[in-house]
Amino acid sequence: MNLKELITDKVKEKFGAALEEVSDFRDDLCLTIKNNQIVQLAKFLKEDPELEFVMLKDVTAIDWATRKKRFTAVYHVYSFKLNYTLRIKANIDDDPPAIESVTPVWRSAEWYERETWDMYGIKFINHPDLRRMYMPEGFEHHPLRKDFPVLGIPGSLPLPYKAE
Amino acid sequence: MGLEAKLTQDGFITTTIDSVIAWARKSSVWPMPMGISCCAIEMIAAADPKYDIARFGSEVMRFTPRQCDLMIVAGTVTYKMAQVVRRIYDQMPDPKWVIAMGACTSSGGMYRSYNVVQGIDQFLPVDVYTAGCPPRPENLLNALMTIQEKIGKTKARDYQNRSLKELELSQI
Amino acid sequence: MDRIAQIYNEEKIYKKLLEDKNITIDDALENEMVINMGPQHPATHGVLRLVLRLDGETVTGIVPELGYLHRGYEKMAENMSYIEYIPHTDRLDYTGTMCNNVAYVLAVEKLIGIEAPKRAQYIRMIVSELSRIAAHMVAIGTFAMDVGAVTMVMWTFREREKLQNIFDRLAGARFTTSYTRIGGVASDMDDEAIAMTRKFLEELEPSLVEMDKLLLGNRIFIERLEGIGILPKEDAIALGVTGPNLRASGVEYDVRRAKPYLFYNEIDFKIPTYQQGDALSRYYLRGDEVRESVKILFQCLDKMPHGEVNANEPKKVLPHKTEIYSKMEELIHDFMLINYGINPPVGDTYFSVENPKGELGFYIVSNGTGQPWKLKIHSPSFCNLQAISQLCKGAMVSDVIAIIGSLDPVMGEADK
Repeated sequence: MNLKELITDKVKEKFGAALEEVSDFRDDLCLTIKNNQIVQLAKFLKEDPELEFVMLKDVTAIDWATRKKRFTAVYHVYSFKLNYTLRIKANIDDDPPAIESVTPVWRSAEWYERETWDMYGIKFINHPDLRRMYMPEGFEHHPLRKDFPVLGIPGSLPLPYKAE
Repeated sequence: MGLEAKLTQDGFITTTIDSVIAWARKSSVWPMPMGISCCAIEMIAAADPKYDIARFGSEVMRFTPRQCDLMIVAGTVTYKMAQVVRRIYDQMPDPKWVIAMGACTSSGGMYRSYNVVQGIDQFLPVDVYTAGCPPRPENLLNALMTIQEKIGKTKARDYQNRSLKELELSQI
Repeated sequence: MDRIAQIYNEEKIYKKLLEDKNITIDDALENEMVINMGPQHPATHGVLRLVLRLDGETVTGIVPELGYLHRGYEKMAENMSYIEYIPHTDRLDYTGTMCNNVAYVLAVEKLIGIEAPKRAQYIRMIVSELSRIAAHMVAIGTFAMDVGAVTMVMWTFREREKLQNIFDRLAGARFTTSYTRIGGVASDMDDEAIAMTRKFLEELEPSLVEMDKLLLGNRIFIERLEGIGILPKEDAIALGVTGPNLRASGVEYDVRRAKPYLFYNEIDFKIPTYQQGDALSRYYLRGDEVRESVKILFQCLDKMPHGEVNANEPKKVLPHKTEIYSKMEELIHDFMLINYGINPPVGDTYFSVENPKGELGFYIVSNGTGQPWKLKIHSPSFCNLQAISQLCKGAMVSDVIAIIGSLDPVMGEADK
């Protein structure tokens, strides 16, 4: 309990109005922040001597199909000092969706953000190498969006020719 | 065993060239393990001391296609990997056979999704299909024995004078 | 043909590889080669493609390419119910299969808010540790085979066969079992299975001693691996590496101690840690972890209580098959659970366990219906593979194979 209040108070102190929402479902603390402040929050969480969130575990996104702010970027960070995993969310409202990359702060974000670009189509500004991760380079769609069918679009991926 | 008994009796045997060549081909089938995912672990288990695949003549599991005659496709084939599998199949010299191991290669398995090929017979000619997810090693040995039976019925001239059909450039 | 070339064009990979130097064609011997260590390779532990840039025999740049086994797990999870997804989690880390089942079921139970009974938790611990031994046997065997000692694969797979007999007795299948269920396990562990497990553990210790005598004193093996692929502590944390690779670099992080799940806080075990961070210490670490698992298993078998193996929550847990055919409420509950699903509350959770390869985590977002709105798999092999570009720079080509073997990636997990 003290841990969650410690983190929430420190972040509220520094960021004030940019911190949109704090939630605590099933004992997991989750902070929602405005998406133009994400790199500052990342730097603060990593460099603050009491918090020290040094390991970025995961970057992903949620596609709320019919909401106005269609995508939400989700980050999971871990601190060895506090032994706690924190979740950060940032709602993305532009069209096409774009958010700043946290690669200058945490190096492991490179591959996670590439995977999110491949699956959802969210562009990460200032990413050193934004290529597709799983699908081949010339694939035109983003598979995990809600308007892409699970069976795929026929003809989007060619098969080799059967000679006999 | 039977051959040596015959030879010590009379000293010679009479047979056709076809059956001698077929017997030689089927007793030393060298597989090319195209191990892609979970079925590859069961294929390695078929080569371990309990379910010895070496007693069927398939001890030599080389990973280079130019030396093999049987390709065991073990694992889920995606569209990206299908190009690679076809290219390796084309590099194998004739005569060659294909075992589709497991449910994923036979018909897509439990993956009905955008990136999985629903059965490798869409781009490869398959000889034997094996059921299971993953199939037990005894199942794979049964498939190997079926291929050996099939080879035993071929004739030596079946693989002569085959012309290379129009292949696309990416497959050479 | 044009369509194939259009989709599979590889300009971006080569551009990244050649970005810091220019290759001229004046003198052929002065140039660097770009070589493809393709998806079909005996030593890449699955379908991993590496594009290497070589200066003679030394690697100056390396770009891995994934996606050859991308089966669409996360998209399929949005279209099937929570119970239907359990067999899919089996095929994530396909060397130690039951650990993934336990991880997924614990994540769903956290979301719903129920807890399995004590006997089921102990059975889950036992199968997790047995899977850990199985996965490390594959890792050690194939790693030694890649480096050149081909006998190890036969010996470690012989031990694995005994384990698969135990799984056959417990769950009905040798390999991909889907043994756990939401609220418990599929069937109880009878006395025969417990006796087989005890016999296996007693026979394992002399086999491990034999395997050690074969390799650990071997001068060629040690010189081949010592000082290769050193991953310093800060880089390991910055790159998000978890599991035995992180512990071999000096960080003592194990999810079983940091955030204990099941009943690991009642069991006494050590966390082996090494400081050098090279390939040899990762190999030693896996052998040590197998010995720790044996200790954990003996304690679990002694402490296991009697009782039920499924939780008493009729609206969330599938009833037993014999009761469905004879009682009315069980029939209705079974019908509702299979057709309409579990219906957890709206919200999202993240739960992680210690897989043999690292930390496997599930992030589930639910919108109140029987199918998840989103499911993200945090797979350890994907995060560990990120370290390859740093580890292989400056090494020789044969060291690349030793490094991949020591990192031990499993492509079923890394590609999802």
